[in-house]
Amino acid sequence: MRFDTSPAPHVIAGYTVPRVMFQVLLALLPVGIVQVALFGPGLLLQLAVACVAALACEAAALAMRQRDALPALRDGSVLVTAFLLAFSVTPLLPWWLTALGTAFAVLLGKHVFGGLGQNPFNPAMVGYAVLLVSFPVEMTRWPVPLDATGAGDWNSLARLTLRCFYGGPVPAGEWDVYTGATALDSIRNGLELRYTMGELLARGDTVGLLGARGFEWINVAALAGGLYLLARGIVRWHIPAAVLGGLLLPALVAHALDPGAGLGPLAHAFSGATMLGAFFIATDPVSAATSDLGRLWYGAGIGVLVWTIRSWGGYPDGFAFAVLLMNLAAPLLDRYTMPRIHGRPRG
Amino acid sequence: MTARHHFPAGLVLEARKRTTAAQPIVAGEPVGRVLLALDQGTGSVLEPVVAVGATVARGTVVARPVDAFGAVLHASVSGRVTAIDLREASTETGECPCIEIESDDRDAREPSLPSAVEFATLDPAALVEQLREAGIAGLGGAGFPTATKLCAGRERGARVLLLDGAECEPWICCDDALMRAQAEGVWTGAAVLSHALGGDTCIVAVEDDKPEAIAALRAALPDARRADWSVAVVPAVYPQGAERQLISAVLGVEVPAGGLPADAGVTCQNVATAAAVAHWARTGDPLTTRVVTVTGSGVARPTNVRARLGTPVAALVAAAGGYRDAPLRLIAGGNMMGRALATDAVGLTKAINCIFVATEADLEGRLHARELPCIRCGDCARVCSVGLLPQQIHRAVLARDDTASVRFGVRDCIDCGCCDYVCPSQIPLAWRFREARRHLQEREQATRRASAARTRYERRERRLREAEAARQQSFEAARAAARLATGAPGTPRPAAGGSGDGAREPGGSSSGERP
Amino acid sequence: MSAEVWLACAVAAALAATCGFALGWAASRLPPATDRLVDRIDALLPQTQCGQCLYPGCRPYAAAIASGEADIDRCPPGGEATVRALAVLLDREPKPVDPAHGPDKGLVVAWIDEQRCIGCARCLPACPVDAIVGAHRYAHTVIAEQCTGCERCLAPCPVDCIEVRPVPQLATLKRWPRAA
Repeated sequence: MRFDTSPAPHVIAGYTVPRVMFQVLLALLPVGIVQVALFGPGLLLQLAVACVAALACEAAALAMRQRDALPALRDGSVLVTAFLLAFSVTPLLPWWLTALGTAFAVLLGKHVFGGLGQNPFNPAMVGYAVLLVSFPVEMTRWPVPLDATGAGDWNSLARLTLRCFYGGPVPAGEWDVYTGATALDSIRNGLELRYTMGELLARGDTVGLLGARGFEWINVAALAGGLYLLARGIVRWHIPAAVLGGLLLPALVAHALDPGAGLGPLAHAFSGATMLGAFFIATDPVSAATSDLGRLWYGAGIGVLVWTIRSWGGYPDGFAFAVLLMNLAAPLLDRYTMPRIHGRPRG
Repeated sequence: MTARHHFPAGLVLEARKRTTAAQPIVAGEPVGRVLLALDQGTGSVLEPVVAVGATVARGTVVARPVDAFGAVLHASVSGRVTAIDLREASTETGECPCIEIESDDRDAREPSLPSAVEFATLDPAALVEQLREAGIAGLGGAGFPTATKLCAGRERGARVLLLDGAECEPWICCDDALMRAQAEGVWTGAAVLSHALGGDTCIVAVEDDKPEAIAALRAALPDARRADWSVAVVPAVYPQGAERQLISAVLGVEVPAGGLPADAGVTCQNVATAAAVAHWARTGDPLTTRVVTVTGSGVARPTNVRARLGTPVAALVAAAGGYRDAPLRLIAGGNMMGRALATDAVGLTKAINCIFVATEADLEGRLHARELPCIRCGDCARVCSVGLLPQQIHRAVLARDDTASVRFGVRDCIDCGCCDYVCPSQIPLAWRFREARRHLQEREQATRRASAARTRYERRERRLREAEAARQQSFEAARAAARLATGAPGTPRPAAGGSGDGAREPGGSSSGERP
Repeated sequence: MSAEVWLACAVAAALAATCGFALGWAASRLPPATDRLVDRIDALLPQTQCGQCLYPGCRPYAAAIASGEADIDRCPPGGEATVRALAVLLDREPKPVDPAHGPDKGLVVAWIDEQRCIGCARCLPACPVDAIVGAHRYAHTVIAEQCTGCERCLAPCPVDCIEVRPVPQLATLKRWPRAA
């Protein structure tokens, strides 16, 4: 009797790239729900544009590279990029900017380097950084969150969102009611104008229960999603823990030294894109460091850079730039944190 | 003694062997024909010492090794040698020269063999030579000649004997069954091997998922030796039974990279090898049988069989009740490191410890695996039992960067397959690394050839230059002598060109003086 | 121009000068090992001594590469691996082996048909590595382990009794098929 021959091992664990990617998308669900509830349906529009643009760009790039498109599209990695970009940008972004950002992310952030597994930079962050630097006004125009202290209602915000999406004109009155600077932005402006944190907090429209108004709940949802991913083993604890440590420890020290000069660690943790960045963006395996010690340094570097940019930098939330800078450092970290091989002496 | 899991990572795998191990070892049916491979698993091809048509008895030497990596091969049945030619075998290339013996069903024993060996009275070096002649080789899956290992152990003073009863790979349970049934044999073998090494300490390491074997060994441990001999229980983590990892787990020392366990003072042998040594000491029989697990969803009654070497795999499967369901692969070994055989006409060798007949369910999704690019998730590094970075090795191998792949440790890789198992991109890492090691070996051979060729070329060039110079000198001397002989008194005329090729000048009166 | 502008210019000029001096000193004190470059290039060549690169041996070709006269893509027996290694050594872009210099024949050795050999000894001096043994009017033979497969002995033989045969390596024996 004759048999098929194939090399060992003859079994496989069954984790696949599509399964990993779809778990990540599932973990983003709570964040999506909270964001739609607080900031209107803009997220859904952004998601639609980003996903379509991402799939189209990926198919086009693969065709240009003369590769088989269908297996690559099925693995879900480009959808994760699209989702992360859509979650990072403001819901009021005009559709062509979202499409542009996604195109940059997929083409310049991924396929120029060789496709899946070859990108040295986080593609979503590449797209976000390009948009932020090129269109600072549109990118910093967030809706005022529809929480208890807000004045608007969801339906009106939805109509406004749609008008922004298509780039139509918006009456000035509505604009002021529904849009404003993000909490981190207004805190930074306030600090520059020499207000103290106490005065800013007393105004009541910047910091809520835990952190930045509105964004605190997004961060809670992102934390929940991140813990789900940890529990399933999709991400490991090193990068998220290091990012949070790198961000919160300096914040703790600085806040202890001078509470009036900036946000405290708890507020930092639940403002801006902290949890989303720590669990979903920084953990992108392709652009991160690979050894465990390297990942700790990588995450800590991101955290410290975010704190630095938030405290002294020109942008209210520097997550994208922090991630991109540490992506640059990842090969160096890999080189110097190689684990010891069993049987070889250290070093 | 319970040892901690001292090597990096590894995997906890489903054992798939509890029920099979609980059954008694089945004695294999007599076979009409055996096929003895001249490559018993070490890669070293043996030289036959019998011719076609010769009559042999059980235990007659039929082949001898040409180097220290092969072990003497004996006929496992009595009968006649019917063929010595290239057959399909369980080697890397799928075939090797084999000796086919037709059995005469009499099972006559080779008369020149002793009936028992008083090993304790033998000089250790002589004992090692007798073990060499008895063809004892590692029965744990590698088939490495025991005598060679003992020699290396003696040379480097590796007196601690570690008997490997871990049997970490799923599906394989022949050692478990052997330890339950022949625990005294294991200890007798330990005594022989210790005597050969000149040491006292012996530790048998068993995984903690084999409580019956542990109990049997502890019960059979001779009281006189309880001070030096012990049973170590190790956690059931794959690949616990790999030599280096086991030594690390039990003794806490690391075998240096590129070195041998003997360099760490340890000689490691499989428990089945020890039992074979004991059998030889008791009966004088050379190695002609072994216990092999026949298992998998593709056989009717998975069991352990004691079979003669050279038994066709088809006969082993028949002993386990025959094929069942839709067997897809016939694997010599377990599901992590076993080698897929193309046919069941292959003969049993010293290195085959398990015949795993796998159906699609047993292959657990491997058939549908589609390779994607590496996403640098790092899962492979997390489970590597040697502490390597498989994804970096993979990158270096794809880039054909030999220096980088060696630096990241492609040669330290023990081929356990843990990284391959967990990879979400389903990259065939173990296979790639095997190919990379083969490629490195070929390149090293090519470099050696090139160096030898360069040396010969340079020597030739030097020889030609010296020959030319000598020829010039003798020509000059002859011309000078001729000049003296004819006594031409003319002043040396400067020759055009000035170099001494004055063959055109008549009468040798002058030519350019050589400085 | 104001004082600050002068100061800025002075600082920039000083920085440039310092860097320039440092680089110049490094270039003079740490020269590239050009004298051993030929050896290092020769170490990467396969020593077949076949002449397919149009130089009379591997060492002359190495010298030509070192002097810039020849490019690194002229060695078929070395193949892609050699071109890559040379590219890394010389910090250049690797390129495919120039097909104008012939194909890579793989590992071959010459073999003399002793039945037809007339013992003329014309092939002995042709072998660059002295791999042929024989004496005048006695049959000659090639020492296979030392033959590099350069084929320079084929031309001088007046009775065409030399042929090249591939060497069976593990690479050419039956192999396990690739994973599906």
